[in-house]
Amino acid sequence: MSTLQRLTERLGDILDEGSVITDPVRLRTYDCDGLTYHRATPGVVVLPESAEQIAAVVRLCDEYGVPFVARGSGTGLSGGALPRTDGVLIVTSRMRRILEIDIPNRRAVVEPGVTNLAISEAVRERGYYYAPDPSSQQICSIGGNVAENSGGAHCLKYGFTVNHVVGIELVTPQGEIVELSDRDPGYDLLGAFIGSEGTLGIATKITVRLSRTPEAVTTLLAAFTGIEGGGRAVSAIIGAGIVPAAIEMMDALAIEAAEAAVHCGYPEGAGAVLVVELDGPHAEVDHQFAAVERICRETGAFEIRVAASAEERAAIWKGRKSAFAAVGRISPAYIVQDGVVPRTALPEVLAAIDRLQEEFGIRVANVFHAGDGNLHPLVLFDDTVPGQGEHAEAASGRILDLCIEHGGSITGEHGVGVDKSRYMPRMFSEEDLDTMQLVRCAFDPKGLSNPGKVFPTPRLCGEVPGVRKGVHPLVESGMAEQF
Amino acid sequence: MDPELIKDCVHCGFCLPTCPTYVLWGEEMDSPRGRIQLMDQHVHGTPVTDEMAGHLDACLGCMACVTACPSGVRYDRLIEQTRAVVEQEHRRTPDERAVRAMVFALFPYRRRLRAMRLPMAMSKRLRPLLERVNPTLGAMAELAPPAPRHVRLPPVVRSRRRRRATVGLLTGCVQGEFFPQVNAATVRVLALEGCDVVIPPRQGCCGALSLHSGREAEAKRFARRTIATFERAGVDTVVVNAAGCGSSMKDYAEVLKDDPGWSGRAEALRFRDLAEFLVELGPVAERHPLPVSVAYHDACHLAHAQGVRAQPRQLLGAIPELDLREIAESAICCGSAGTYNLFQPQAARELGDRKAERVLATGADLLVSANPGCTMQIAAATRRAGKGELRVAHTAEVLDASLRGLSPQSLGWVSEVAR
Ligand SMILES: Cc1cc2nc3c(=O)[nH]c(=O)nc-3n(C[C@H](O)[C@H](O)[C@H](O)COP(=O)(O)OP(=O)(O)OC[C@H]3O[C@@H](n4cnc5c(N)ncnc54)[C@H](O)[C@@H]3O)c2cc1C
Ligand code: SF4
Ligand code: SF4
Repeated sequence: MSTLQRLTERLGDILDEGSVITDPVRLRTYDCDGLTYHRATPGVVVLPESAEQIAAVVRLCDEYGVPFVARGSGTGLSGGALPRTDGVLIVTSRMRRILEIDIPNRRAVVEPGVTNLAISEAVRERGYYYAPDPSSQQICSIGGNVAENSGGAHCLKYGFTVNHVVGIELVTPQGEIVELSDRDPGYDLLGAFIGSEGTLGIATKITVRLSRTPEAVTTLLAAFTGIEGGGRAVSAIIGAGIVPAAIEMMDALAIEAAEAAVHCGYPEGAGAVLVVELDGPHAEVDHQFAAVERICRETGAFEIRVAASAEERAAIWKGRKSAFAAVGRISPAYIVQDGVVPRTALPEVLAAIDRLQEEFGIRVANVFHAGDGNLHPLVLFDDTVPGQGEHAEAASGRILDLCIEHGGSITGEHGVGVDKSRYMPRMFSEEDLDTMQLVRCAFDPKGLSNPGKVFPTPRLCGEVPGVRKGVHPLVESGMAEQF
Repeated sequence: MDPELIKDCVHCGFCLPTCPTYVLWGEEMDSPRGRIQLMDQHVHGTPVTDEMAGHLDACLGCMACVTACPSGVRYDRLIEQTRAVVEQEHRRTPDERAVRAMVFALFPYRRRLRAMRLPMAMSKRLRPLLERVNPTLGAMAELAPPAPRHVRLPPVVRSRRRRRATVGLLTGCVQGEFFPQVNAATVRVLALEGCDVVIPPRQGCCGALSLHSGREAEAKRFARRTIATFERAGVDTVVVNAAGCGSSMKDYAEVLKDDPGWSGRAEALRFRDLAEFLVELGPVAERHPLPVSVAYHDACHLAHAQGVRAQPRQLLGAIPELDLREIAESAICCGSAGTYNLFQPQAARELGDRKAERVLATGADLLVSANPGCTMQIAAATRRAGKGELRVAHTAEVLDASLRGLSPQSLGWVSEVAR
């Protein structure tokens, strides 16, 4: 009997029958997240309903030396929740209770499987919301948001998940239940955990900050003939000292996809559209709006629409928010890239991406959080044509190179996961990676919590970075490879 | 299962939060994304296992996932094709087979349904016993509406003002037998709005139940018969007031696509939901005030399968003094879904309870929807919860009351008869 089988037999002591999945057909439905390019059928799936159950499962993993991977809603775009065939997939989709809403202190305490949008909906009537708004907010889990430090269109002004989570209860890779808070003296362990992509343990309870719904919101859609005009407008708006809640840009191909999917009715003939949202007190919004409108006209917008109602605002956003998934309408498969470049380098990088399209003979649709230089190029390909997937991979790798060359980063908000781990050495030196590894080892000495993610090759804890002696037990058991 | 349709799914998960079974159980294989993955496994050679069939059977066919999907995945087509495959390849337990055979021998046939009304009324008292024998029988008894007085509709009803259109009316099997007052109201509304209404007397089943359960051949047979009936009636527009029937009739051309002659004949007929048709036609009849608060429930086969969400709200909202209220989680199915509450009673019950709670939270006097199956289901759930009788009505009945200047007390018949 394999180690995993022995472990699985004992899961029945922790969870009821319906919460342990071993049937191969069922297991396969968990074989990937939002990045379908990487697939692996999990060894076993568990659907716990409490922190104690998660802790008990993790303790078993620790005892047997079996790796485990956390999964929320499986919408990640970097393969972070890619299961291990020899491990346990711990899914939080049944932990979706909102435990406490504390309006006077502007806090809500939720279980990790609660969706991002559910938090905002629960407090909307009282004039509050949860600020980070990934496009996937209707389904992505708050646990996944914490793990990826997710952002959204409005992060330009309001910041990412890390700015809105004030406390976490987590199960450490040894199976202890621990609480971290932003009030803890000493090292900012909460900050270290947020964005750790499931490699430092599993969040089981999350305390989020609630924000007051702004007094006024104005959303405007500006259409340009090409992406350059839009780029100039973005620079000019930020240059004028305005911090909009969001500035988003889409190019012609992305508009085509969104149009096909949700009939968003963006102006005809647009080579690029810019969505600018301003929020705050009435007077400030009115003032900024006048400036933004003028700038857009000056930089060549041929049509400007202003949302007059909540419905019209939703209509403008609908095209943008559905853009990723909508690409499914114009291409059988696609890779969503997530690179960051300094805002000033945007035009240059976009021109270079254009050249890559020609070189690789592959189409790239561009959607981006223009305000902070976070690009989401969508590399389109046909997965039924042998070799096209690899080709698209290569093209998207080149896009990341471009980002690094221009002083940017390989991920803005989707995380490194399995997909981009091999690009880490292009951004970081061996020493940098070793240092990160030390942090990892402090939390997870056995390397069981989501191994194989973030770092190029599973580095081994318990060793002095840089110098390795003897064969590590993980190598011996075939779970990691020494390089 | 068409691999091309499966490939359209990009695995984004946007459909998960509106899928009733995912809402209930929180597991991937009972979500649209997971079910599409199961279909993909089958296409790639995995046989239909008991587990696979179980998750596919548990799908309500509510099509909330179709509305939610930004990639345009035709889950409606996929599940129809899949049900046919499951029906052919999967060996069900003898118990399951017996129950399915009974339901399919009964529901699509009017005369048999009529014969059932009395025993069903009796069976209400026997419910606890039936429940123990077989949960499906229990569900049938619990949902059985009170046996109404029979209303016979004339073959043609003339417009009550200058004629603006001539339409056919589908009377529907369940609708016609258990809710004849809905058809009567529909006819009056249409006539008052300027339509000649043709009601072919011997209409059969439209095939919805068969189609939504993977009984393809049977569905085609019913579809051809229905088309021929309305052709003979000499109309080119058929108005349907039962959401489930409307959604499958709109699919006739697709269902009969292997048969060019018939699919062409299907395309020549315009099938319209009542609310959709009335909004297209535009109002002329006077609306009298109807002081009542109404919670409008989106029937899945109307809102998701036909995309008709705005029109009923527009019609109800235009009635003076009517206070229209929204139900939270309106996109999520009530668990009725055609034969679902018969085959999956447990899940249907949980969804019904969930919906009832949200309906009651609106505090409205009256629950309105375009599908009596839904209102029956929700009314049964409020009864179970000990919250008394919920007053329910079809959109057509509310319009009829306003057009004729009746009092709101005339609406919500369940409260009178079920006691
Ligand atoms: C169409 C689409 C649009 C998107 N738009 C955005 C966007 O605008 N901004 C953005 O930032 N992202 C976006 N994403 C990416 C994705 O939605 C986010 O990364 C999200 O936070 C993932 O949440 P999830 O619940 O699906 O996590 P999963 O995909 O299930 O997991 C993601 C990672 O989190 C880990 N994890 C999950 N739960 C826990 C937990 N409780 N404790 C510890 N680790 C955990 C997993 O191990 C994995 O590494 C988009 C995705 C899609 C498909
Ligand atoms: S039809 Fe309804 S129950 Fe079936 S997968 Fe879609 S949303 Fe879920
Ligand atoms: S929303 Fe559409 S594309 Fe996304 S997972 Fe569901 S069916 Fe697939």
